[in-house]
Amino acid sequence: MNTLIAIIGLGVLCLLFEIFELRKAIVPITIIGLLAVLGLNISEFNSPEAYYNNMIIVNKFSTAFSGLFIILTIFLVALSHKFYENHQTKISDFIAIKVFLLAGTVAMVSFGNLAMFFLGIEVLSIALYILAASNRLSIKSNEAGLKYFLMGSFASGIILFGICLIYGAMGTFDVTEISELSRSAELPVWFPIGIVLVTIGMFFKIAAVPFHFWAPDVYEGSPALTTALMSTLAKVVAIATLFKLLNVMNADLSASFQIVVVIISMASMTLGNIMALRQVNVKRMLAYSGISHAGFMLMTLLSVTNAAGSLLYYTSAYALAGIAAFSVILYVCKNTENEDITNFHGLGKTNPLLAAILTASLLSMAGIPIFAGFFAKMVLFNQTIQAGYIALVIVAVVNSIISVGYYFKLILAMYTKEPNETRTGTPVVIYAVAVIAIVLNIALGLFPSLVLDLLA
Amino acid sequence: MNVSLILIILLVGAIATYIAGDKLASKVALFFGLSALGSSIVLLNHFNLGENISFLHQWINQPNVSFALKADGLSIAMLLLTTALTPIIIFTSFGTEYKNAKAFYSLILFMSFAMVGTFLAADGLLYYIFWELSLIPIYFIALIWGNGDTEERKKAVVKFFIYTLAGSLFMLIAFIYLYQQAGSFLIEDLYKLNLSATEQLWIFLAFFLAYAIKIPIIPFHTWQANVYQKAPAVGTMLLSGIMLKMGLYSIIRWQLPIAPLAAKEYMYIFISLGVAGVLYGSIVALRQKDLKKLLAYSSLAHVGLIAAGTYTLTIDGLRGAVLQMIAHGFVVVGLFFISEIIFRRYETRTIAEMGGIRTQSPKFASMFLLLVLASVALPTTFNFVGEFTVLYSLSQINVWFAFLGGTTIILGAYYMLKMYQQVMLGETNTKVFADVTFKEGLALVLIIAVLFFFGMYPKPITDLITPSLENILTQINRIN
Repeated sequence: MNTLIAIIGLGVLCLLFEIFELRKAIVPITIIGLLAVLGLNISEFNSPEAYYNNMIIVNKFSTAFSGLFIILTIFLVALSHKFYENHQTKISDFIAIKVFLLAGTVAMVSFGNLAMFFLGIEVLSIALYILAASNRLSIKSNEAGLKYFLMGSFASGIILFGICLIYGAMGTFDVTEISELSRSAELPVWFPIGIVLVTIGMFFKIAAVPFHFWAPDVYEGSPALTTALMSTLAKVVAIATLFKLLNVMNADLSASFQIVVVIISMASMTLGNIMALRQVNVKRMLAYSGISHAGFMLMTLLSVTNAAGSLLYYTSAYALAGIAAFSVILYVCKNTENEDITNFHGLGKTNPLLAAILTASLLSMAGIPIFAGFFAKMVLFNQTIQAGYIALVIVAVVNSIISVGYYFKLILAMYTKEPNETRTGTPVVIYAVAVIAIVLNIALGLFPSLVLDLLA
Repeated sequence: MNVSLILIILLVGAIATYIAGDKLASKVALFFGLSALGSSIVLLNHFNLGENISFLHQWINQPNVSFALKADGLSIAMLLLTTALTPIIIFTSFGTEYKNAKAFYSLILFMSFAMVGTFLAADGLLYYIFWELSLIPIYFIALIWGNGDTEERKKAVVKFFIYTLAGSLFMLIAFIYLYQQAGSFLIEDLYKLNLSATEQLWIFLAFFLAYAIKIPIIPFHTWQANVYQKAPAVGTMLLSGIMLKMGLYSIIRWQLPIAPLAAKEYMYIFISLGVAGVLYGSIVALRQKDLKKLLAYSSLAHVGLIAAGTYTLTIDGLRGAVLQMIAHGFVVVGLFFISEIIFRRYETRTIAEMGGIRTQSPKFASMFLLLVLASVALPTTFNFVGEFTVLYSLSQINVWFAFLGGTTIILGAYYMLKMYQQVMLGETNTKVFADVTFKEGLALVLIIAVLFFFGMYPKPITDLITPSLENILTQINRIN
């Protein structure tokens, strides 16, 4: 709870910086503030507590995921400095929005009441709509913002409808009470319908097939930093929230629901991968790759009672690799009109370090040892086989092979093509973010127990 | 002192080579390669004295994975093969200038690290990690420093990567399944499992896919010739000399003891696939115009025979297979080095453009001839010991297998000698062929010396590997 209050305080502070003309200091101060918040969050890890009539429940799950979100936000704020160089007057708005967005994400994983859950989603979504459309002179960014807003608000409406039905069936918004009531023999038919509607709304946010249509366009149109945010932080938040929602409300999913999850998971990973193979725009490619990763992450829903640790591990591995990849993309595509693969030609010669980092992050996403992505998949496969879905694991393995195809397309472009421009300048912040993210990723790969045992 | 030392030396070597910079890289790499060889000989000594040189450390709690390295005779033999060939391979590259040499040599040592890990790992997941890890360096070596047209090379190398990765992922599923039965990835625990015949069949097939692609066994060989041709000489040597032995070693270490019922039930099918590789490889090799491709297909034939030997499940078959693995490792590195030496002078690998080299360079001609003879398993060479033992074991199963497998020697002699004739004899080539330099000669002499020494006196190696192979055989023949 203190974490949430501190984050909102920090957001307000960011807005005040504008008034006091302290724009230059805003990025470092926000990072320091977020580090302090991270410390505060860690201190709450071992003291589970419920606040305000169970509105907010702080436990290991919520603090662990909040920690991950805070770390991701630190990276994203650090990258902002360079990215908004030409928009100095608005930088405090952008930073403040990111910090408020973080508040929304923390609320989403620590809710104890469906009203709080919905508030969190809206705080996150509205911040994202603004960021998607933040490049106001670009028609693509406007399109992305509008598309995302229409689709997102539609999804929010469905979630709200689902919440209403659940309330109608149970007479309460409190998830613990709902969970107790749901164990009774006679359930009103509204309850499962409500759960399904909420799940569908969340599938929208995760961009799982067949609710994924917005993702490629929005990812491509938004400013690169916003895409980074959407494909790492926003995706991870949505899947963690869905996981928590299903976990706290009805621990044992019915068999028919599980089949739906299996099918959506298979469809997401297969369609995402096959579409990614055909892309020439790197942002679009990562959007489809994100859809396929969403499919992998959905596998955790098949064993909700004990998969929290592996979900945390998978999301950390995926998000850290994503941050590293996007910081390289930010560097390469800074002055280019689009993010086509041709821009990456010869990066291995012009900037070996960043090329190596992008390679490592793509290898992690593809699931090659010793990167964290490998253990993430391994643990997930292990759990899913244990739950009895060996066919799903085989589909997932085939998909891992397909995904190598497009990840390597980018690697090949960097190492076998001749560079078409010379690159100068060493943006220290981008280097630092990329290196730290990939080092964290490899560290997770070398010592997986650090994260895997966190929620045991 | 334990086997993790070798891994540390090679890993530190890889980093040090990168830091040393382009000029010093090759020498630093050679130094670390030699020190790995030195320490593995010291370790062999410790092992022979009966000391415990294994290493065990709990790594991940959930799932239960240990950093377990276990050395028995078989792994030590493979370890020595790797650490002996690595410095030789590094040494052969001294005549060629590579761009970005620090990355190149660093990747070689890293690959050697991963391969040593594969041979030593006694925990399924650790073994899998090393197995996959070895793929990344060879991918970049072949891709960046390879020869020929970039687009074609890219295609060949990516196909190789995706193919091998696809195979190994099924092996990963098999390991996860085994883990759920045993509750641990440790090899002893996996050996203790009592799996039903159907389970064993599926696991056997999943392993087979991974190994058949790596070795390669027909019909999973299509990546091989192109990659061997496109990769730089060093990459080809690493691939054919050591990396494909990972697959053969894994059959003996993991596949057969874990799924013995399936191995016995379908023995004929898998031996036939191996023997088919012998025939196919030999016949295709007859028609090759490119020296490196010819060697690639000849390699396909030889490893087919080795694989057939492992699947006989007899002590002779296993022993012969391991001996032939080592012999083939040396001879194939030598032959690819020969093709590189010719390429350095003539800038071509097409056999038709060579000829008459013998009169210009008799020293080179005699060394080449010795390697050709070793490759066709002339008695007194190490290859004879291995190939003969394998053929003997095949004859115990079915004499026709031995007969067909024996064509590797007959056809091999035919295409290798024909190749030698076209490359070395005939009219003197108008192009000048400078005689081998001291460095080139030294590498070749070392390889030839090993082949002939162990050809006449294979006892040290047979004594080293036999006890561990017998243990594995008991494991295979246990009653489920």
